[in-house]
Amino acid sequence: MYGDVIMGGFGGQGIQVISQLVVEAAIRKGLEVTYLPSYGVEKRGGRTTVTVVLSDHEIGSPITNHPLCVIAMDVLALDKYQAMVAPGGSLIANTSLIPDEKIERGDISAITIRCNEEALSLGTAKVANMIALGAFLERSPILGFDDIERVMGDVFPERLHAKIPLNLKALIRGMEIAAAVPV
Amino acid sequence: MDRRLTKGNIALAEGAIQAHCRYYFGYPITPQNDIPEYLSRNLPKVGGVFIPAESEIASINMVMGAAASGKRAMTSSSGPGISLMQEALSYMAGSDIPCVVVNIMRSGPGLGGIAPTQGDYSQAVHGGGHGDYHSIVLAPASVQEMFDLTIKAFELADTYRNPAMIIADAMIGQFQEPCRLTPREPVVVPDKPWALTGCKGRAPQLLKSLYLADGEQEAHNLVMKQKYDIIRDREVMYETRHLEDAELMIVAFGTPARIAKTAIENLRARGIRAGLLRPISLFPFPVHQVHDFSIRIKKILVVEMNTGQMLRDVQISAHRDSRIFFYGRPGGGVPYPDDIEAQVVAALEEA
Amino acid sequence: MNRIFQRPASLLDRPTHFCPGCTHGIAHRLIAEAIDELGIRERTIGIPGVGCCVFLYHYFPIDVLEAPHGRAPACATGMKRAQPDKIIFAYQGDGDMAAIGTSEVIHAANRGENVTVFYINNSVYGMTGGQMAPTTLLGQQTTTSPYGRDFKSEGYPIRMAEMLATLEGVCYSTRVALHTPRHVNQARKAVIKALEMQNAEMGFSVVEMLSTCNTNWRVTPLEAIDMIENEMIPYYPLGVFKERTGKDFL
Ligand SMILES: Cc1ncc(C[n+]2csc(CCOP(=O)(O)OP(=O)(O)O)c2C)c(N)n1
Repeated sequence: MYGDVIMGGFGGQGIQVISQLVVEAAIRKGLEVTYLPSYGVEKRGGRTTVTVVLSDHEIGSPITNHPLCVIAMDVLALDKYQAMVAPGGSLIANTSLIPDEKIERGDISAITIRCNEEALSLGTAKVANMIALGAFLERSPILGFDDIERVMGDVFPERLHAKIPLNLKALIRGMEIAAAVPV
Repeated sequence: MDRRLTKGNIALAEGAIQAHCRYYFGYPITPQNDIPEYLSRNLPKVGGVFIPAESEIASINMVMGAAASGKRAMTSSSGPGISLMQEALSYMAGSDIPCVVVNIMRSGPGLGGIAPTQGDYSQAVHGGGHGDYHSIVLAPASVQEMFDLTIKAFELADTYRNPAMIIADAMIGQFQEPCRLTPREPVVVPDKPWALTGCKGRAPQLLKSLYLADGEQEAHNLVMKQKYDIIRDREVMYETRHLEDAELMIVAFGTPARIAKTAIENLRARGIRAGLLRPISLFPFPVHQVHDFSIRIKKILVVEMNTGQMLRDVQISAHRDSRIFFYGRPGGGVPYPDDIEAQVVAALEEA
Repeated sequence: MNRIFQRPASLLDRPTHFCPGCTHGIAHRLIAEAIDELGIRERTIGIPGVGCCVFLYHYFPIDVLEAPHGRAPACATGMKRAQPDKIIFAYQGDGDMAAIGTSEVIHAANRGENVTVFYINNSVYGMTGGQMAPTTLLGQQTTTSPYGRDFKSEGYPIRMAEMLATLEGVCYSTRVALHTPRHVNQARKAVIKALEMQNAEMGFSVVEMLSTCNTNWRVTPLEAIDMIENEMIPYYPLGVFKERTGKDFL
């Protein structure tokens, strides 16, 4: 069992949070995990990039140039990582911030979601990241909704616990949208 | 066993605390700032001392003062700061004073960059400071090893009364993995009857490295040589992967070794039998292990994130009939598994 | 017979390696006397710098750590933090402290490290053969200022005791001289006071001692004494530049 994902966007889009959820959920399942955030210079200018590798075996490389999944939360992330997606892999693109015509690859499963608008329709743009994570879960053979739900209380700080139901709703919405996209 | 997602630098800092290091002195430099930041928060909680020193020169000399008192003491830095520490490291080696120095490497020369790199192998392993000495050098390749090898470094430093270094590239320092943050075995700090604690009830003691009289320094160097020979004999640490049937042996440490593991799995899925020897101790280097494996495995690919520093140790160690190939990515370049796979395939194709 | 003058217990009976006429030996004696007087020998640790003072352990029956050139105040910091109940002193020359080691001494003083520095100012790098130091007087000829120190090129001699006195962490900063019995007597009091203040945990204390180096000054011992009086003291005034009276920290 092996999975990897690169998530990219800008600071404030909640990439840290969803990657943290994925990692904690995997650890809870007894899986091996590596979590590589951007640091130093890369972090300047507010970019956030995270590479997560999950496996039920020892993990060698914590980096990959053909991830099975890319979550691009804005156009800069798409430009950088679309070409890398492994053939047959998935691209989850936040088309609230990415023009549809930029999605060029035909050999991968591209899930385009207007995450910001979908989130707004649930009441707040803040859960756009959860919409994207929902789509990731729908495609992931390793993690499911229950796994994330189980760790949300630990990953979210106390003061946000009241928001957990809303976040779970956003996850489900993301899963529904992704389920409608042919694999 | 409870494993928590932990950043490499934090695992190392917590390892120091668990090793009963209570004295840390340091000066900020990326990419290792998590270490002083963590220790400034957590050392006071266990009665320890953290001093934000005025320079790396001051840091390492403060380490020397605390360590000469018989306490476990540490500093950490990166390239330029480690260069500034070399004089005092040499003094400590010459005066038989144990300490732990951490180098989360940044690329160079000069101010360089902060991307992952292994450009300080030669400095750490083949001297760095002046004079005829060695530091014990350990190279973690996982967050768990950042923790475990820090404890090990303190043990080795105390056992041999010698500076021990941990060198890691920034990837190991910055990435996160689940980590058990308790020592594998209970930590024992040995008695240090040589420490300078005031001469109450005993003869005065001295820690020095100056030997001016005829033959004194030579005699001292030969004693040190004996110590290094014992270290070479007893303290080699390494890991192997799939060498049983390998037709090519990759030798790599730190991050490139991790990436090589993935490359090896991918190659084996294609029927190409590569294996790995990962030195964990760089001094002492696994000279005999490289040699013995190279008798049967004729082709060796050394992978480093520099232009070929450990390479020379492999060349010296390997059997004379070995074919040694090198793949290096200096200055912050990090190889992908693909890159290493391509190098292996090319090496195997060569006659 | 009633002895009224004898070797201090904290000074070993050894032939000296210092040149005849050098006042390093007087400084040693004063420190040994103070250690005896305060009864602290068994909990005192000395840290010599690199220079003529490096053989400290040869003369003092105390624990000694040999520091790299100029770094004794940093070593003393680490040692004192590890053993706050010990008396830690550094013993540095003017090359050691006022040239290569300025950073370490200033920051140890500024942190108010509870240690004492005995600073031997003989205006040259003695051990390496009398080269020009930052403390060398204007016009003074040395092996590397053969035409005399010129402020246009080499700047002015640096006054460490005054400079360190400006730092809040310093509890005691004074300059004394070692060339006449009267001055030695004053110096004796300063050495005792510095160690007493450390014992009382009052912070960083420094005693600058104007010292002869007749060998490298290329003069006789008697001429060297005159040079201290007529050339050094006019530029390096004696006195107390800072003295805290209690634990009156900010
Ligand atoms: C890093 C370094 N540079 C240079 C030296 C050489 N050196 C040894 S002693 C000394 C000067 C000592 O002069 P000072 O501190 O004034 O003491 P003195 O010998 O005059 O008592 C020098 C430059 C050294 N040991 N280490």
